[in-house]
Amino acid sequence: MTLALVFLIFGLLGAVMVSMNALLGPKKTNPVKEQPFECGSPPLQKGIPGFVIKFPLVVFLFVLFDIEVAFLFPWALIFREMKGPAFLILLAYAAVLAAGFVYAWRKGAFRWD
Amino acid sequence: MSETLVLLIKIVVVLAWFLVLALLLTWVERKQSAVMQDRIGANRARIFGLRMFGLFQPFADAIKMIFKEDFVPPFADKVLHTLAPFVSFFFVAVAVTTIPFGPTVRIGGTAIDLQVYDGSAGLLFLLAMLSLGVYGILLSGWSSRNRWGLIGGMRGAAQLISYEVGLGLSLVGLIMVYPSLRLSEIVAHQGALFLGFLPRWGVFLQPLGFLVFFITAIAETKRVPFDLPEGESEIIGFYAEYGGLKWGLFMLTDFMEIIVVAALATTLFFGGWQMPWLGPDGLNWPWGGHWKMASWVVVCLQIVSFQVKVAFFCWLQILIRWTYPRIRYDQLMDLGWKLLVPLGLLNILGTGLIMSLK
Repeated sequence: MTLALVFLIFGLLGAVMVSMNALLGPKKTNPVKEQPFECGSPPLQKGIPGFVIKFPLVVFLFVLFDIEVAFLFPWALIFREMKGPAFLILLAYAAVLAAGFVYAWRKGAFRWD
Repeated sequence: MSETLVLLIKIVVVLAWFLVLALLLTWVERKQSAVMQDRIGANRARIFGLRMFGLFQPFADAIKMIFKEDFVPPFADKVLHTLAPFVSFFFVAVAVTTIPFGPTVRIGGTAIDLQVYDGSAGLLFLLAMLSLGVYGILLSGWSSRNRWGLIGGMRGAAQLISYEVGLGLSLVGLIMVYPSLRLSEIVAHQGALFLGFLPRWGVFLQPLGFLVFFITAIAETKRVPFDLPEGESEIIGFYAEYGGLKWGLFMLTDFMEIIVVAALATTLFFGGWQMPWLGPDGLNWPWGGHWKMASWVVVCLQIVSFQVKVAFFCWLQILIRWTYPRIRYDQLMDLGWKLLVPLGLLNILGTGLIMSLK
């Protein structure tokens, strides 16, 4: 209920702000304006280049490590009640995490050049 | 009925506070940079001859941006190009509703929490909303069909998701200390004292966690030491093909992110609306004195305390932005993956060790 109302009001505000220019602004165009934004020279190629191969690697690393972080949150919530055993579980978990991290590092996943 | 009315009023007040503070921060940023570079800064905008140190400048900027042309490049993807600024604005704006602004107040018999959305997983909700902001950047870069925009968008996405890992790790230690994901409960936990005189704030219990959190959070706002996705002095930027209020929305999102980061740092690590030694019936000095206060004075002091802390952290981020040069892309990724992620893990291990030995 609360969230629905929040999403509705904030969404309406965003929609109004996005469409304000279309309602209030002028509409005048010319061929030069319709060119892609460049450093003043006419563009040599049309369209956009493909993805650089490094970026998907970052995404894979993110998915791996962020899921592991997500698993840590419920563990942290009950840590105060379990204490000793929970810490041993963390050690095993962190060892797996560290092994993956060291492997990625050794393989050169964090080398940017 | 009256509950819905109270909720509506709260949403409108939070929204007004958020937008006005974001607009004021654009003024603070210009004045702060002017002071640091020995310039005067924005001081021309005036209403009826009243200049007020250029305080009307942000409003003049807003009016100017509203009346700009709505220009979508003919080669761009029209729908996504329009959707991107909306997504970027919306998710950051929604995130602020989880922040507790003050304690529960009683007006005429009804208890009102000074917080819009007090979810049992409020912290996770906030983190999720902040990370959804990546879509705004990626969409704007992709839909512009401009190679500079695409490079900016890719850089932004890579940077945000890299620092997301460190941000998550830095908060796990905090959840271990204050076992709750409800932000109002985390603030309530920080009211007690520690070693007899220090308030039990997150920054005293989790200093390393705060360091990692603050650096990653600044990186998430994409401002100067980490502004590779935008690069104001280069042509690269995910909003290269934007103009008018759509561009303004990206800029506004930047300042709103500063406020969210400041409010989050305050709530999680600096006691939220808690003021040191201030109990519900007045000030209890650590050396034994007691000043009695009416409850409305206490509530006002606590609300002001939250605002002062948020203002301080906003100002600190603007100071950082005008002090440091931009770092290189490989330095950025090294800092995120090779330093902050191991430090975050170390913080969890250290916290676990100390807590299980105690």
